[in-house]
Amino acid sequence: MTRAGLPSLPLRRGVPLVALCLVAMIVAIGAAPFIGSTPIRVARVFSRSTPFADNIDAQIFFIARLPRALAAALVGGTLAAAGVVFQGLLRNPLATPYTLGVSAGASLGAMVVMTFGAAWPVGGVASASLAGAGLAVLVVYWLARARHSGLSTTVLLLAGVTLNAFFSALILFVQYLSDFVQTYRALRWLMGDLDVASFAPILAALPLVLVAFIAFAWLARPLNLISLGADAAASRGVDVERAQRVAFFSASLATGAAVSVGGPIGFIGIIVPHLVRRLVGSDHRLVLPASTFFGAAFLIGCDAVARTILAPLELPVGIITALIGGPFFLWLLIRKR
Amino acid sequence: MRVHAGGWMRREWGLVRLAARTVHHGLLAAMVAMALAIGVLAAPPAVRPLRPQAPLHRIVSLIPAVTEMLFAMGAGDDVVGVSSFDHYPSAVEARTRVGGLIDPDFERIISLRPDLVVVYWTQTDLIARLDRAHLPIFKYRHAGLADVTATMRTLGTRIGHAREADREATRIERELDAVLASVAGRPRPRTALVFGREAGALRGIFVSGGVGFLHDMLEAAGGTNAFGDVRQESLQASTELLIARAPEVILELRPNEGWSAVRLRQEEAVWKGLSSLPAVRSGRVYILADDRLLVPGPRVAEAVRMMAGAIRGTGSFPTDPARGTGVGKY
Repeated sequence: MTRAGLPSLPLRRGVPLVALCLVAMIVAIGAAPFIGSTPIRVARVFSRSTPFADNIDAQIFFIARLPRALAAALVGGTLAAAGVVFQGLLRNPLATPYTLGVSAGASLGAMVVMTFGAAWPVGGVASASLAGAGLAVLVVYWLARARHSGLSTTVLLLAGVTLNAFFSALILFVQYLSDFVQTYRALRWLMGDLDVASFAPILAALPLVLVAFIAFAWLARPLNLISLGADAAASRGVDVERAQRVAFFSASLATGAAVSVGGPIGFIGIIVPHLVRRLVGSDHRLVLPASTFFGAAFLIGCDAVARTILAPLELPVGIITALIGGPFFLWLLIRKR
Repeated sequence: MRVHAGGWMRREWGLVRLAARTVHHGLLAAMVAMALAIGVLAAPPAVRPLRPQAPLHRIVSLIPAVTEMLFAMGAGDDVVGVSSFDHYPSAVEARTRVGGLIDPDFERIISLRPDLVVVYWTQTDLIARLDRAHLPIFKYRHAGLADVTATMRTLGTRIGHAREADREATRIERELDAVLASVAGRPRPRTALVFGREAGALRGIFVSGGVGFLHDMLEAAGGTNAFGDVRQESLQASTELLIARAPEVILELRPNEGWSAVRLRQEEAVWKGLSSLPAVRSGRVYILADDRLLVPGPRVAEAVRMMAGAIRGTGSFPTDPARGTGVGKY
């Protein structure tokens, strides 16, 4: 079975590569807290002689950097896996987790609360962005269902792209009504920020991400068959419409959760799946876990660069991923033709 | 505190006028030459109206701080148009709104037939159009604390209110001197001046760097800017940077959005998430919800006094519930 012109490795031979990606992620999570704009002494970080409240090195390590590395892992891994699922669902290698309007909806939710947020009950910007993502997903799904008995991927794509544009217009409108400080903060949010300052935002998003990944695990085989064409998949016993529905909702859920933690960090969901496919081929049973682990390691790396390169200032991590992702995307486009 | 040369604005204005006139004259010469060459008598060019030296009576201000200055120097009756962000003094509510920094409404501005338009120096498109309409301009530049009184004096001279402007500027300087004297010799705690934060969370925290009027105000109020070494007006303070800089006082400035005292306390409590910061441990986190703190205008000395009170720990901070919402009731 082939997708994107790449031969698939036999599962047996691909597993070590997936394990390699897992190791990369673990190494990245372990190493990232030692890198940063402030020099810290490793001996003091783990020293028990100083109380934690007075141990700045330990605080930087455990409050600032470790949650941040884990947030990067969660967001990077989730966006990369969601990218794989969207590309499989839409059978389009240029699809990203943001193609169907999830991120635009999430951004709109976040912008609205940042600007008029005094009345928003709980959870602040993160829950608002999740609500916005949910709204976008429902609108796109309703549109894709409206005139077809099944789930038309063409309509899904068109509805998503259109909704993206429409929500972007609404975002501009909200921006227009906000003051300078709000605009500044909103713009910064759109560039992505993984400085979560505690484990709470990660734990809040984790259940949603876990649900999505359970669905992803189930989706690996149907997506492999769907890549041969809907009819071929149906003839082999796949309930194509159900698989598409599961793929759409689970990948959207994963994307919404990731964006609520780190903002709409771009390009992870397209760079990572394509790099991983070059490594392990196109079997989703390999691509999905490998993309998850590699995506996590990749975003941790990008974030480490973002927070050290201009220290003590921080470059938004979305700028780093976009600087890598833009040219990569173009290369992909040219190579395809 | 950085002190800027008081007359920069006058100088810059002079240069711009000179340049404009040179271009204008150059064009004129070329037109006349062309007209002569084709044997047609050129129509006389539009005569640029003389800039009135007498007091101006139709002023449009796109800058809230300058609007406040105009009212403070007794020229409030001459202000005919204000920006969409102006809310003080209450008399501005009756004036025509002409947009803001990004969206100035050119048509509405000229329809007011102003004899002076106060603009940000970065509004280059607007400046070019106003120039084409031969409307006199006063270019305002956001800078340090010392520029507040310098701008007032320059503006006062320009609009024929020099004496009132000088009196008001001197009052502000005297009040600032009094604050400086009151904090002299006291310990100067390391202070983070926060002017933006995601409500309910310790994310998206923006602080003042070592440049600009917020930094100057903090230093005048007896604090040491924890981010004073960053040569920028503002920066996003990451968790790591906050822990590393270990501020002893956190002053969070917010516009007065009518938050209840309970809400303000809740927002102050959010900082407990960074319980290792000295400011949090000693309970010296203050949310000051007052518009005066964010406008570098004639009320700046009151704002500095308010900050000094918080830094000293003698102000009624956090908000006194008996006084209603925010500390700034005016």
